[in-house]
Amino acid sequence: MNKIIKKVQFSENVSKIVIEAPDIAKSRKAGHFVIIRLDKKGERIPLTIAGANKEEGTITLVVQKVGVTSDKLLKLNEGDSILDVVGPLGKATHIEKVGTILAAGGGVGIAPLLPIVEAFKEAGNRVVTVLAARNKDLIILEDEIRKHSDEVIIMTDDGSYGKKGLVTHGLEEVIKNEKVDLSVAIGPAIMMKFSALTTKKYNIPTLASLNTIMVDGTGMCGACRVSVDGKIKFVCVDGPEFDAHKVDFDEMLTRLGAYKKAEIEAYNSYIK
Amino acid sequence: MKNSKEYYKEERNKDWRVKLRKELKTKERTKKQRIKMPEEDPDVRNKNSTEVNKGLAENVAVIEAQRCIDCPDPTCITGCPVGINIPKFIKKIEEKDFLGSAAILKETNTLPAVCGRVCPQEKQCEEKCFYTLKLKKDPVAIGYLERFAADFERESGKMAIPKVEKQNGIKIATIGSGPAGLAFAADMVKFGYDVTVFEALHEIGGVLKYGIPEFRLPNEIVDVEIENLEKMGVKFVKNFIVGKTASFDDLREKGFKAFFVGSGAGLPRFMNIPGENLIGVFSANEYLTRINLMSAAKPDYDTPVLSGKKVAVIGGGNTAMDAVRTAKRLGAESKIIYRRSLVEMPARVEEVHHAQEEGIEFLNLHNPIEYIGDNNGIVKKMILQKMELGEPDSSGRRRPIVIDGSDFEVDVDTVIVSVGVSPNPLIPASLSELKTTKWGTIVVNEDNMQTSIDDIFAGGDIVRGGATVILAMGDGRNAAAGAHKHLTESNN
Ligand SMILES: Cc1cc2nc3c(=O)[nH]c(=O)nc-3n(C[C@H](O)[C@H](O)[C@H](O)COP(=O)(O)OP(=O)(O)OC[C@H]3O[C@@H](n4cnc5c(N)ncnc54)[C@H](O)[C@@H]3O)c2cc1C
Ligand SMILES: Cc1cc2nc3c(=O)[nH]c(=O)nc-3n(C[C@H](O)[C@H](O)[C@H](O)COP(=O)(O)OP(=O)(O)OC[C@H]3O[C@@H](n4cnc5c(N)ncnc54)[C@H](O)[C@@H]3O)c2cc1C
Ligand code: SF4
Ligand code: SF4
Ligand code: FES
Repeated sequence: MNKIIKKVQFSENVSKIVIEAPDIAKSRKAGHFVIIRLDKKGERIPLTIAGANKEEGTITLVVQKVGVTSDKLLKLNEGDSILDVVGPLGKATHIEKVGTILAAGGGVGIAPLLPIVEAFKEAGNRVVTVLAARNKDLIILEDEIRKHSDEVIIMTDDGSYGKKGLVTHGLEEVIKNEKVDLSVAIGPAIMMKFSALTTKKYNIPTLASLNTIMVDGTGMCGACRVSVDGKIKFVCVDGPEFDAHKVDFDEMLTRLGAYKKAEIEAYNSYIK
Repeated sequence: MKNSKEYYKEERNKDWRVKLRKELKTKERTKKQRIKMPEEDPDVRNKNSTEVNKGLAENVAVIEAQRCIDCPDPTCITGCPVGINIPKFIKKIEEKDFLGSAAILKETNTLPAVCGRVCPQEKQCEEKCFYTLKLKKDPVAIGYLERFAADFERESGKMAIPKVEKQNGIKIATIGSGPAGLAFAADMVKFGYDVTVFEALHEIGGVLKYGIPEFRLPNEIVDVEIENLEKMGVKFVKNFIVGKTASFDDLREKGFKAFFVGSGAGLPRFMNIPGENLIGVFSANEYLTRINLMSAAKPDYDTPVLSGKKVAVIGGGNTAMDAVRTAKRLGAESKIIYRRSLVEMPARVEEVHHAQEEGIEFLNLHNPIEYIGDNNGIVKKMILQKMELGEPDSSGRRRPIVIDGSDFEVDVDTVIVSVGVSPNPLIPASLSELKTTKWGTIVVNEDNMQTSIDDIFAGGDIVRGGATVILAMGDGRNAAAGAHKHLTESNN
């Protein structure tokens, strides 16, 4: 059982949740994620560790409501508990000093981006971050991101905040102005696909953190498999970060829809 | 205690055994037919998850026990990887001392109720029975009798909790709660150690829980054994991945003095053919995990599973049989696609029979070469190739050869790939100095199961690649003996 210590609502559908998980707090690094199961009948879902406090033995998750499980999680309050939390899973981001980092975060992808931005900054890199979302409400963690970035560009689809336009516009603006050594894109699969296409035009090495469907998170089931450079990789153990220019995003997008019908049905019967 | 001929002889010469042998002539014994296991009706059971084999009634078990002629040289024992004193436990059944029989099983086998159900007996103990070897008759039903005695004990409510030595306070970690880890933990706690089992998943039992389905091995049977281990003092920590949640060094710092790695062969293999990443193509592990561990087929559980109507399972092992029979139970038209013939199938013979009775179609000597999807990326067809058998290969089985131009299409909406597993890479990846083979299995000294790192022992599928429950348990026990010796010597 892992107790919820704190909950902060960012927008209608996104909240930050701080939970007790002392062992994970100690061993996690930027790029890691956990798998949680809310209750006995719950499913296992992966969530990135957006931050941790070793002394207090807590980890921070930022959760967006997309279906049944994320909704149930967001309905829990401080003092409630989550039945199972396992991690840290995946490979940690390889952090080193490379020069200038161009980070791109889309929607709830901003949460997993934060610890990576923080770590690259700490390693002595110049960090320029582009935050993108459909509208102002969905831009989360802006203050925290600003704290660890040299420059921040904000893009919204509807122009309700920052500049109007897609994440790729923000990326191109930076790339045209300065030499970028490495790019990191985290967000919905479609956003990562187009970010990768953009950086590829300029031959900028790019990492994407993939959010495939998972079950165990330990390499046992293969539900999370993606094609990278034509080879099967398991996101939970070989990733979640891969060379974005080699990922077959179209296949990944298709596979993400595997349970769409079941999920919609489940959601409809759940809200009844 | 192990395979020593004198011990078996001494036991055989005890009065009670001599008396039983005199009560019924050998000729009377060998005249009897092997009993049949009562089973659920195939047309009923293929729609539910009740256990297929119902177990033997007491009087039937006694009759079968009488068939065993209590051989002076019991060859059956040589076929059992853990060397159970088979005639002794069977004669206890003949004597109607069922609890006594269970106690004998437990001398060497931590989970007899499990092994009696899932061991490939026809390739192990029963293959080496005098009846098979010399009389060319059906062997004594050693597996059924083992299950009978273990079930009797469990159902009697008088399950003996094995005696444990005085606690010595030395902390030992077991990584993985499959049969290898459980067997290791059981022996170490008996020696007096303070044993903690760390398990990555939210359930204890490894493949016994997430892989083997309820209709073959009810979870309750595994749970009772786990409760007994708890009563003996074993601690279980779920949701804890050694090498991730904490490193070996972290655990050493917390005072753990020795480790046993029983992390299994979790990594599913794929065939790398076109279309394998289409929606509806699963590994058997994913399919079985969704249904067994996550209860995906029950409506009140959140995890989804695609319930196809036309399911094809690729492979011929136990995992393939479990997957195809599970799909059948969920209402699908289900078939096995296997590239060799029925006789080469590695699955337990009984499972193949049960699958056939349940209406599973077998496309033997067939192999998929491609999957084709619809516009939404969902698998709708597969292309199969026909095979014929050539000369035997290195495994001694006849090699399947493609028949040119034999390709044809079959409609499917779910494909379950069950072509084997590789060792779970988590532990080797977290310990760079640990010696492994090119297949990713951990290298051990076979005498004591010690790895290239002094305080780490290993066994089960992580050492053998995909093997069996009983071999995993045997490894766990050998490792416990090895670790105990190592710790005793390094303390002096
Ligand atoms: C490594 C990793 C890290 C992640 N980190 C975070 C995080 O920090 N915060 C967060 O909010 N989410 C994160 N996700 C996504 C999160 O796991 C999914 O949102 C969650 O599983 C959805 O569960 P649900 O039952 O609420 O919705 P479902 O009912 O399962 O799905 C509802 C809808 O969401 C879509 N969907 C399903 N799974 C995913 C997925 N994995 N990614 C995107 N869309 C999906 C479906 O197509 C469906 O339309 C991460 C995923 C991965 C693999
Ligand atoms: C579907 C199926 C059917 C089978 N049928 C039969 C049968 O009929 N008869 C038979 O004899 N054999 C059968 N087998 C094979 C048999 O189950 C295995 O050989 C046996 O379970 C291996 O035992 P193990 O203890 O080595 O590993 P496993 O049972 O695989 O257990 C390993 C455990 O370790 C955990 N783990 C892994 N890494 C870590 C870590 N770093 N930290 C913590 N925990 C970790 C895993 O989550 C898992 O629970 C079958 C296998 C399958 C998959
Ligand atoms: S443990 Fe397996 S091999 Fe040994 S006697 Fe029992 S059924 Fe036979
Ligand atoms: S070989 Fe067969 S008949 Fe002989 S002791 Fe073993 S089980 Fe009995
Ligand atoms: S989630 Fe099962 S292998 Fe990655």
